Amino acid sequence: MKLVIGIVRPERTNDVLEALFRAQIRGFSLSRVQGHGGELERVETYRGTTVKMNLAEKARFEVAVSDEFVQPTIDALCAGGRTGEVGDGKVFVLDLEQAVRIRTGESDSSAVTPINPQDDLEQQ
Amino acid sequence: MSGHIDSGATAWMMTATALVLMMTPALGLFYAGLVRSKNTLNTFMMSIAALGVATITWALVGYSLAFDSGDGFIGGGKFFFMNHIGFEAQPGTQIPQLLFFAFEASFCIITAALVSGAVVERMKFSTFLIFMALWSTLIYPVLAHWVWGGGWLQAHGVLDFAGGVPVEMASGFSALAAALAVGARKDYGRQALLPHNVVFVLLGAGLLWFGWFGFNGGSGYSTGHSSILAFTNTLLAPACTLVVWFVLDLLRDQRVTAIGAATAIVVGAVGITPACGYVSPIAAMLLGGLAAIPSYAFITWRTRTRLDESLDVLGAHGLAGLTGIIFIGFFAQRSWNGVTNGLLHGHPGLLGWQVVAALAGPAYAFVGTFAILKVLNALMPMRVTALEESIGMDVVDHGEQAYTDGEGAILVAHEGFFDFDRSRRDSDG
Repeated sequence: MKLVIGIVRPERTNDVLEALFRAQIRGFSLSRVQGHGGELERVETYRGTTVKMNLAEKARFEVAVSDEFVQPTIDALCAGGRTGEVGDGKVFVLDLEQAVRIRTGESDSSAVTPINPQDDLEQQ
Repeated sequence: MSGHIDSGATAWMMTATALVLMMTPALGLFYAGLVRSKNTLNTFMMSIAALGVATITWALVGYSLAFDSGDGFIGGGKFFFMNHIGFEAQPGTQIPQLLFFAFEASFCIITAALVSGAVVERMKFSTFLIFMALWSTLIYPVLAHWVWGGGWLQAHGVLDFAGGVPVEMASGFSALAAALAVGARKDYGRQALLPHNVVFVLLGAGLLWFGWFGFNGGSGYSTGHSSILAFTNTLLAPACTLVVWFVLDLLRDQRVTAIGAATAIVVGAVGITPACGYVSPIAAMLLGGLAAIPSYAFITWRTRTRLDESLDVLGAHGLAGLTGIIFIGFFAQRSWNGVTNGLLHGHPGLLGWQVVAALAGPAYAFVGTFAILKVLNALMPMRVTALEESIGMDVVDHGEQAYTDGEGAILVAHEGFFDFDRSRRDSDG
């Protein structure tokens, strides 16, 4: 059981979402973050005040998955997030000690596995 | 020979000109609310640009091409570079020529800004500026000449009080041509491209309606009967469009939408624009209600096609303007307008020429705009790159953001940066 963190360009968010859904990865969190990697700083000017935008907007995906889903998750984050330019982001994979589904109290792998994904699909 | 100047009419027309000028930033606000936040400034700037570009083209050549006598197709060069525009009464009015020029300038400005709705979120800003200069020189003045400057449509008795042909249909059908020539946004049809601030859209629509009282109420160039009629019809028609739009929304989805309401206000004001000084108040209310239907149907259908006419200039302005122009042919009433009757009041001849205007105006606007953009496309890049499009036009084309919080922004010290503190210390010492 791993926690996969993917930090990608915000404009690639929709592509990453598509890739995750296509890989049947259906539980994740998404937050807006700011950060700095190797990309060039953007220069903006406001009435003669010139600034370098040192922090770039990024989207941070957190996906808790059972072991057989680790590689598909990484692949989806890379495929959806890649533009080939500097600043595409990073994927981090961490060991996950414990996971609990609040509704049922199930823990670990069964907590991060969607229940009857087929039922969910039919409802949509 | 100079006629009499009426101070009441002059005072009203100065006010009306200012009201119409305000419609352009109002339109910018309306459009900016309809795009994604990363394109807010670019979209607003396309309207702001018209305040500069279209004013200059109008002063140098556009006004003359529209309002000098010339031939049936286009005006002559008598007023080029603002020659022969002075304080004497404008023929047919009791206001100074210079004021007439300014009032008509504000029409050219808003019309040029309207077209931008078709190309937001992707067209390169520098190319757009050149397009706007050409459009406001080659398209708008010709159509204004046709209906107001002594052109062939006016000669055949076509009635267009405040700009169904040169403003509404011209912008709508030019927008269609521009959307086809520039192409769809890269995410169009793949992702939901949602409006980022619906409050802007509602406020923009409200300010447009407010300005429209100058637009329509000023198009009689007086404080006379037709001006009063136009003014009041500008209140009545959009109100009816608004309520009919509510009903259409309820029938479709059991919910009344805010963007629908904003759109309805614009559609109603557009519909009454050509007809406002020619039809009775109760007919204006009927027109307002009727105008909702084709625009509503078209806008609902358009979003399901590949046609990325992004902000529905054709649906809102082109079709509602067309509805209004045709409506005059049926409902014009001499007892209200003092000019002529339409079909329902015993004069069927008018309708035929109104239909001709509703075909010829859009045809010229579409073909002309398409030709301008095809020529520009051969000379310079029309769009930003796909990557730049995904970053957003504000950062790419303007180096600014609408909603920056300053976090992570590092001040860049300029070469020769003048340090006030140090110079004060030095002089103290």
